[in-house]
Amino acid sequence: MTMLQIERLTHRFGGLCAVQDFNLNLAAGELVGIIGPNGAGKTTVFNLITGIYRPASGSIRFKGKELAGKTSNAIASKGIARTFQNIRLFKDLSVLDNVRIAHYAQTRYSALEALLHAGRYRAEERRVRESAMLLLKTFRLEKHTHEYARNLPYGLQRRLEMARALAIRPALMLLDEPAAGMNPREIKELMDYIMWIRGQFELTILLIEHRMRLVMGICERIKVLDFGATIAEGRPDEVRNNPLVLEAYLGNEAER
Amino acid sequence: MRRETKVRQRVRIHKCMRFLRNRTIAAGIAERLLGPMRRLCKACGIFSRGGGANAGDRPSLWGWIFSCRWTAVVLLALGFAASFAIPRFNLVNPYYQLILMYVCINIILAISLNLVNGYMGEFSVGHAGFMAVGAYVSAILTVKVLPAGLGQVMFPLAVAAGGAVAALVGLVVAIPSFKTRGDYLAIVTLAFNMIVKSLFENIDAVGGPRGLLGISKLTTLPWVFVWTILSVWIIRNFVYSRFGRGVLSIREDEIASDMMSVNTRHVKMLAFVVSSFFAGVAGALYAHLMQFINPRMFDILKSTDILVMVYLGGIGSIAGSILGASIYTVLLEALRPLGIWRMVFMPLVLVLVMIFRPRGIMGFREFRLFMRREDYEDRPLPAPPIASQDGGEAPT
Amino acid sequence: MFDSPHISAAASPASPLLSVSGLTVFYGNIRALHGISFDVMESEIVALIGANGAGKSTTLRAISGLVPHKGDVVFGGRNLRRVRPENITGMGLVQAPEGRCIFHNLSVLENLKLATWQRRDNPQITRDYERVFGCFPRLAERRHQPGGTLSGGEQQMLAIGRALMSRPRMLLLDEPSMGLAPVMVTEIFRVITEIHRDGTSILLVEQNANMALRHASRALVLETGLITHRGTGAELLGNPLVREAYLGG
Repeated sequence: MTMLQIERLTHRFGGLCAVQDFNLNLAAGELVGIIGPNGAGKTTVFNLITGIYRPASGSIRFKGKELAGKTSNAIASKGIARTFQNIRLFKDLSVLDNVRIAHYAQTRYSALEALLHAGRYRAEERRVRESAMLLLKTFRLEKHTHEYARNLPYGLQRRLEMARALAIRPALMLLDEPAAGMNPREIKELMDYIMWIRGQFELTILLIEHRMRLVMGICERIKVLDFGATIAEGRPDEVRNNPLVLEAYLGNEAER
Repeated sequence: MRRETKVRQRVRIHKCMRFLRNRTIAAGIAERLLGPMRRLCKACGIFSRGGGANAGDRPSLWGWIFSCRWTAVVLLALGFAASFAIPRFNLVNPYYQLILMYVCINIILAISLNLVNGYMGEFSVGHAGFMAVGAYVSAILTVKVLPAGLGQVMFPLAVAAGGAVAALVGLVVAIPSFKTRGDYLAIVTLAFNMIVKSLFENIDAVGGPRGLLGISKLTTLPWVFVWTILSVWIIRNFVYSRFGRGVLSIREDEIASDMMSVNTRHVKMLAFVVSSFFAGVAGALYAHLMQFINPRMFDILKSTDILVMVYLGGIGSIAGSILGASIYTVLLEALRPLGIWRMVFMPLVLVLVMIFRPRGIMGFREFRLFMRREDYEDRPLPAPPIASQDGGEAPT
Repeated sequence: MFDSPHISAAASPASPLLSVSGLTVFYGNIRALHGISFDVMESEIVALIGANGAGKSTTLRAISGLVPHKGDVVFGGRNLRRVRPENITGMGLVQAPEGRCIFHNLSVLENLKLATWQRRDNPQITRDYERVFGCFPRLAERRHQPGGTLSGGEQQMLAIGRALMSRPRMLLLDEPSMGLAPVMVTEIFRVITEIHRDGTSILLVEQNANMALRHASRALVLETGLITHRGTGAELLGNPLVREAYLGG
């Protein structure tokens, strides 16, 4: 089954072409990486998929349905979750609330029931809380439940961001530089985490990353962007030895 | 070049502020005043921070009393009884009764504005406009539409109608305002406040600039008490629901909030509508307390008053709004002997509060009385000895 | 290229430029640094590596006076205990913060200009612009572009360039390679070596331990607030324990 189908996606900032004729087909359960120099338009692709930007042209179809023109929250509640390059938690809210907020679209009670704390309110709130606690346990964050997200150490903030994203019950997960600021050992653990949540939550994953260890280690397919255009695509070993990629991205002193 | 001088200017202002903060004698005085109060409150254990996230304070007798399930009920019953008894037996002199009613009305105003300005982090400056709508609608109902004999009976309906029309108007204001982000809401609400005022000034049927006279005094202490409790309860309920969490997440980071499936536009409008509803209710109570209304009562200055109460008491806190409204109203009355000087004194108080407690007295903290039990009951475990062994244990 | 304008009168050649002793930092009840001590000599690159939460960034922040700390930080013979952060910069100890912290709405040029806030030697400043732009040709091309529209790598260059504008004797770099493409990482480290060659000392915090150790004259490994290993870059690169923990085996 095709999870995500992007065709001839183009986006401009002013005169600058940030993404040009971007095509991508993601089958359910796939794990695909996007790499490319800084400013190549990788994060722009994520922003287009999640509806932060409106594409200039092209189509994005998720499970066969067109996404272009939909609001971000509608796209999210259809099952596309993401994390951010520079962690964007709700810093002054508790860890629990961070995860509970992501349950918004699944919570079934009306504004009136909320104002009066009546009807489905109690049962739904209990369900949301339990589901949030379960996620926190899964990510070993339960002892920080009531702490402000701001006070978590960096590694835990990254983990909380992933837990929060999973709370919207996504089918497709977009990870934007999950390994930023991690050392090689931590990256190894992150790789285990990613593989594990993919199996556990039946996810299709699209990720942007600069650390070759992670990208080459877990991605089944890699797409290389430069100046908004795709310059290479294929299995990790194919991409690694592509002369264009070596020149534009990896350089000669690439991290092994 | 010009931009650079601006930056320099800003840095200079910042430095001046810091100088003030570090050096003034006022600092010492304020610390001396606030210090004991803070210690007292800490000792009583009646604070809890917004998310219920303060670790490691021991439960005390006061803490237990304030978090007990029955405390709220008992307090409510006592309050309600008192609100009947006070006017009935003239327990306190009528002037104080009047102030008490002002306090309650201001609490409704502050708490409803806090929802938008504090919890949501937007900036609405036209709250008095919605108040005016509520006041005029309810007054027209009791004076011109409803039969005079039924006044006492129909009063709650009139108040609710005032709130409902204000809410409707709020919706109309919200639709364009929340399409874009940032300071837009401030401009729109400012304009709205002015429009409402000049609109009522130009409708002769409601007395034009002279105002609407001959409203019967239907606002009594029990009614004010009931409406105040109702507004506190409903806004508290709102805050502790998925919509309330949505509102908080919008304040924190709107884009991330959208990504987490929160329908931000919907949530913002809902919060704004609830907020205007209670502004309208407060307006209706106010009209039937004063017994006459004119458009000048609901100008920008009134809006500013409400803003001051919110920021004085503390943004993002129900307890803060109650505190802010009470302190401001009582202080304003108590300082009457100062004459014109109280308009110097009150702003000064606000400036000092902003310097020493930029988020207001309660800023994002809450009395447990207003929180949901689940949100503070299971206290966090003591923090791990050091925040480090986190690199990510391998998943199990 | 960057001749040091601050002649070190107080420090004799043999004494270290930066000397940290017994540095302890608490965040609330949590002790983030357990009294660490180390020196950085004139014109050295010292790398600080370790896991997340080990206290690397905290060390830098404490040195720049941005977090309250116990212990002594002596820079150029002067104890920094009573010096305010903005004056520490004036003494020639400058930090380029993690996450770049550039001003998004100001242009590249304005961002650089802000760093000359405390300087009065205008002709020198003009020459320093040219030097920064010489170091980072990419910034020269974009000098009028708002900082927020730069790509990640360019923002990092801007942050370092801005730090250079205050003519530091010593530069504190917090994860300069974070979020950068491999080519960019190589590029940033080339510039770091260049800056170092011109006589600026550098204290470098890095997660990319491989790169950091290859370029550093000496390195320290920080674990849960304590220094557990120290040595030259090459030594640590060869140390099996360090390899296992930070270089991924």
